[in-house]
Parts: sequence; C-alpha cells; structure tokens
Amino acid sequence: MKMTGSQILLECLKLEGVEVVFGYPGGQILPTFDALYGYKGFKFILTRHEQGAAHAADGYARVTGKVGVCLATSGPGATNLVTGIANAYMDSIPMVAITGQVPTALIGNDAFQEADITGITRPITKHNYLVKDIKDLAQIVREAFYIASTGRPGPVLIDLPKDIQVAETEFIWPAEVKLRSYNPNLFGHPGQIKRAAKLIMKAKKPILYIGGGVITSGATKELLVLAQRLKCPVTWTLMGIGGFPAAHKQSLGMLGMHGTAYANHSIMESDLIIALGARFDDRVTGRLDLFAPEAQVIHVDIDPSSISKNVHVDLPIVGDLKQVLGQLLQELKCGPMIEDWLKHVEDLKKKYPMGFKDKDKILPQYVIQQIDAVTKGEAIICTEVGQHQMWAAQWFNYSSPRSFISSGGLGTMGFGFPAAIGAKLGKPEKIVFDVAGDGSIQMNIQELGTCVANKINVKVAILNNGYLGMVRQWQELFYGSRYSHTPISSPDFVKLAESYGAVGILVTKKSEVKPALERAIATDNTVLIDFRVEEEENVFPMVPAGEAINNIIGGLA
Amino acid sequence: MKHTISVLVENKFGVLARVAGLFSARGYNIASLAVSETLDPKVSYMTIVVEAKDEKILEQINKQLNKLIDVITVTDFTKKDHFDRELVLVKINYLAKNKTKLQSILKKFVGKVIDFKKDTAIIEAVGDEAQVKALLGELSKFGVRELLRSGKLAIQ
Repeated sequence: MKMTGSQILLECLKLEGVEVVFGYPGGQILPTFDALYGYKGFKFILTRHEQGAAHAADGYARVTGKVGVCLATSGPGATNLVTGIANAYMDSIPMVAITGQVPTALIGNDAFQEADITGITRPITKHNYLVKDIKDLAQIVREAFYIASTGRPGPVLIDLPKDIQVAETEFIWPAEVKLRSYNPNLFGHPGQIKRAAKLIMKAKKPILYIGGGVITSGATKELLVLAQRLKCPVTWTLMGIGGFPAAHKQSLGMLGMHGTAYANHSIMESDLIIALGARFDDRVTGRLDLFAPEAQVIHVDIDPSSISKNVHVDLPIVGDLKQVLGQLLQELKCGPMIEDWLKHVEDLKKKYPMGFKDKDKILPQYVIQQIDAVTKGEAIICTEVGQHQMWAAQWFNYSSPRSFISSGGLGTMGFGFPAAIGAKLGKPEKIVFDVAGDGSIQMNIQELGTCVANKINVKVAILNNGYLGMVRQWQELFYGSRYSHTPISSPDFVKLAESYGAVGILVTKKSEVKPALERAIATDNTVLIDFRVEEEENVFPMVPAGEAINNIIGGLA
Repeated sequence: MKHTISVLVENKFGVLARVAGLFSARGYNIASLAVSETLDPKVSYMTIVVEAKDEKILEQINKQLNKLIDVITVTDFTKKDHFDRELVLVKINYLAKNKTKLQSILKKFVGKVIDFKKDTAIIEAVGDEAQVKALLGELSKFGVRELLRSGKLAIQ
C-alpha cells in the first residue's frame, strides 16, 4: 500500500515499539502532525518548549531503558532540541530526535525557519540523517533506533524535509538492519578476561569503581555477585547511582568532587581499580597525575575510545558489561585475601563519616532524607543541576537502577522537571520527584502546563535558598564571598503552581517537611513544594577543582 | 610528529564533515587531505596528513574516527611500512635559454613539463615527501609562481 512519508514515519515508530513521543508542532512538520491527528499507535505529549520535549524523551529513556523519542519543527524548533540532544549524548542515553526541515529544493537557501540541524548536531549525536529520498525513510528510521539503542547508546537525529513528508511510496518495513561498519563488540576477549582474573587474585587493595554502564547494560545482578565474591569495597560515579545498593555493607557511596571522603581515600590508596562502565571523568579523578598512584587499572567498557582516555589502563576489556561480568564470574570462583584492606576501609569510614551539622532552619539534606523516608527509598528521583543535585545524590539510599535520573556529563539546569515527566510516563506506578533548586526550576517551569494538561502526576521539591547555590558556594570558597549575580529572585511558587492548575505548598519549618511530603504524595495532581531552606549551606565534602581527590574540604572530620 | 592516516568510509554526503569535525573540534589542523572513490563506488578512501602535537590526542581522534558509523576502517601508516606519493603542479619563471638546466633537474625526478608560455613553465611531478621537497628546492632557483599539491596518497 502507498503511504506518505509522515504515515511511514508514524508506522515505523509504532513498529519500533514506541509508546510515547514528546514534541511541538510547527510549519515544516505540519504534514506529520496532520498524520498524528487522531492517531492511536502511540501517545503524543505536547510540551511547552522543545527543550522540554528532548529532556522528557531522555527521562523516559533513562527509566525504561527504551529509546526516547522527540519531534519538533525546523529552525528554532530543531535548535531548541540541541541542549537536550547534547545532554543525552554526554550521558549515553538512547534517543531518536526527529525534526522537520524545509523542502529539499529550498535547503541551503536561507528559507524561513531553516537551520542546518544535521550540521549543528553532528558533534552531539551518535549519528544523524537528512532524508533526501522517501524510499530511504523506513530504512533510516530502523537504523536510527538500532544505532541509538546498541553499543554505547546515544541520540540519533533524523531531519525530514517537508516534501519527503508528503511524498508517497510503498511502505516496506526492513526486516533487519545491517551496517558493515557498525558492529558493537559484546563479549570480552577471553584472554583479557583470564588476565583480569589473575590480576584480581593478586590484588591486595582492590576497589570496584562503577559507572552508568552498569545500568545501561543491565548488569546490576552480575555486579552484586562479583562484589560479594570479591568482598571488596564498591564506589560509584553520579551516573552509577543505583547500580549497587547504597545500603550494602561494601558500599562506599559516590566518589569524586562531592563523593564520600572514605571513597576518595580508598580509591587513592587502592592497588587495583576495577572500572566497570565508567569513564574517569575529571569530576571523579580530580588532579590526574596524583590520582591513585599505586593502582593498576582494569577497565571494562563498550566504547574503546573511553579506555586510556584520561587514566592509563593496564588491562582493557572492550565489551558489554553484562556479558563481560558473566565471563569474569566464570573465571573467578573466589576473591583475593584482602582482610587487612577491608579493615582499613572500615577504619576510613569511621574516621571520615558523612554528616552535616543540624541548624534551626530547614536543611536541604534533611529534606532529601525525608523524601527517602516517606517514599521508603522507592521513589524515582530526578534532579536539576547544582547543590540540590549533589544532596540528592548523597542523602537518598538508592537501592535499584534507573531510580536516580540526573544530568551527569553536560550538567544541564532545567533538565530535571521535564525528565520527571518522561520518567512518570515510563514508570507510571512509581512516585516521581524532581528535586530542584530555585534557580534551575525556573529554566523549564513552563512544563507545569504539560503536567496539568496531561494529568502527569510528578512532585517537585524546590530546595529554595534564594541563590544559584553551587556557584555561590564556589564564590564563597574560591572568590572571596563576592556573590556576583548569584542571589536570584523567584515568583511565589504556590501561586504559580495554582495558576497552572497544580498544587503549591510552602514549607518554612522543619516540622512541616514530612507532613508536606506526605500531603504531596497523597495528592492526585502535580505538586510544587517550596522548601525555604538554609540559605548558605554548602555541599560537603568537597574536592576543589584541579586538586587531588584526597584533598578534601568540609565535612565532619 | 606528522601522521599519515587513511580512512575507508561510506561514500555518502556529510562523511567528510564528520571526519574533519573530529580534528577541528580538538584544534587540529589537517595538513593535507585526499579523497576519492575506490573500486567499490559505495566506498571512499581518505588519506589525511596531520601534525600531532600530542600523541594521546591523536590516539583519541583515531578511536573517535572508528566510532563514526560511516567509517569502515582507520589505518595510521606512521609506524607501518607503506608507500606514499604526492602529485605537485608547479608554475615557475622560465625562459627558453634555461631549457637544459631544467631538463637536467627533471631527469632526477618523476616529472615533466606540461606547458610552456612566454616566460613560464608548468611542471608536473610525483614523489614521496623527500622527493617532492628536493624537487621544490631545485625549482626554487627559477622562482616559483604557483604551487599546487594533491595531498599525500598512501598504500600498503
């Protein structure tokens, strides 16, 4: 049967198993929105900004592991997706972004609402396509989903000119995708696995350092078995949160700039770092030449370009973590003798405990602990970027993967709220919180409209301190408390929520925190809670940028 | 140090921009670049010469090249046995009385005169880097008006 390009696109999305598309209409994508009129193949969510659509697709992908899809028009619609695409790229999130484009005959002519979006997104997509022939469309969509979701996942953009959307052809669903130059390596090299096992058995001070790859590859069970077999401490990156149960006795929590002091000291003193799906980001390693001087490094990653990029790797294994850990468990029937090391790590935990000094005002850390308590640690926590993000990482006991949704690599303020919308649609049975600051919530606050219109029940906990807090903290510590443009005003969040048809709650006393959270959860609507917290509370522990990660300031010790 | 890298790619629009982007994003200038179809018209062959300020960055570029969906293989010829050649077209100041002098120079190289004008000559020559350099040294005595180089091609 002959179908138009727009119909073929929708049919392809449905056949790829797409449940929801986030987007915004416009001139050059009109034919596709016409095809969407009354379409029942999947849900369409109209956001209030294209950036919201991209982040929502990202949040959906993070909680489900499926490909998130967003749709926008040409020109400004497409450029508004850019931050969201870059964000997904940095955190290896599977996403397909579809943009309208001016008709092929007008491309390059500075037509109205024209932007070279494939050119713009080339460095921030895993791959992108400009469709120039309707006969290629189905194949391209199939390839886009395959590329986005396999290997090291990432965003793929399809730019679809208007004339291709209206052109007609026979629809043939390609049975399979074959790309001669793209075949991700799943299994680790058997020789390398054997050598890794030997290295592990010789280690006296091993540490497992895990990243987002554990979650992406669904390797949390294998990781738990490996960790228990080795008995060694486990630390994780921001992206690795939820990959290993925080309450487990081998847990050291997050490492790096705002990691636990004992995690940082442990990795610095270790003699073997077993890096699993992590990439030795500068927020983790601090000053590179001083990082873990005595440690040999085993690095498992699906992306060869992540290996030896920052830290020299002694034993690289390229492969999918779930498969590689399975192979490694075959080789390792027991762990090395490391009793002295474990005792030392326990001592470090006692010497440098995590904590904060109580104050009269509401402390942001306390709010996070209360969210943990009232949701029994079962909520999905999305965050914006800044101090609140670090507190949400530090003070909630994450027990399962895909429960902490945060912009790790790009550090995008305004990510959390739209991501929470995507997360709620992906996991409707879960309580979804966006932990926000008063600064970042204002970056995509318009998505309150999306929530209310579509009855998407998310809770926003604003840790309102009247500052762009993380920048203010750096100004306090490193710029002589010169608070240059970091005090920030906010609207009356309660009234704002109400004007959108959501519920707003103002919390000014510590005793009101828990009841407010309970009321928010019991409310069948989007709820914005404005917690007026201690204004100049800092995120500690902290490693100043460019310092060795055992050079730690703040904290209780 | 100079690296000669060959990249086998899908012959599609945009591929050159993807490849070049990996160099430019890291502030690397491409010294020379030659691209053309191979026996299989669906595949193109690129030979890229780049000065690596930092070998680690170049290693990263090579890995990133391999990651591009449209890239089939990447070979760094620098530490491998290979042949490389470059075609140069040189327009020099030339008067008929210098004919013997020019011919004796060209005899030493794979080169010939492809055009004479009243006071200029165009010379075509092929060679590896050292040969081209030596030829240009000799021709500079005449005065070089224009120099065009194809960029290096490399084969194993």
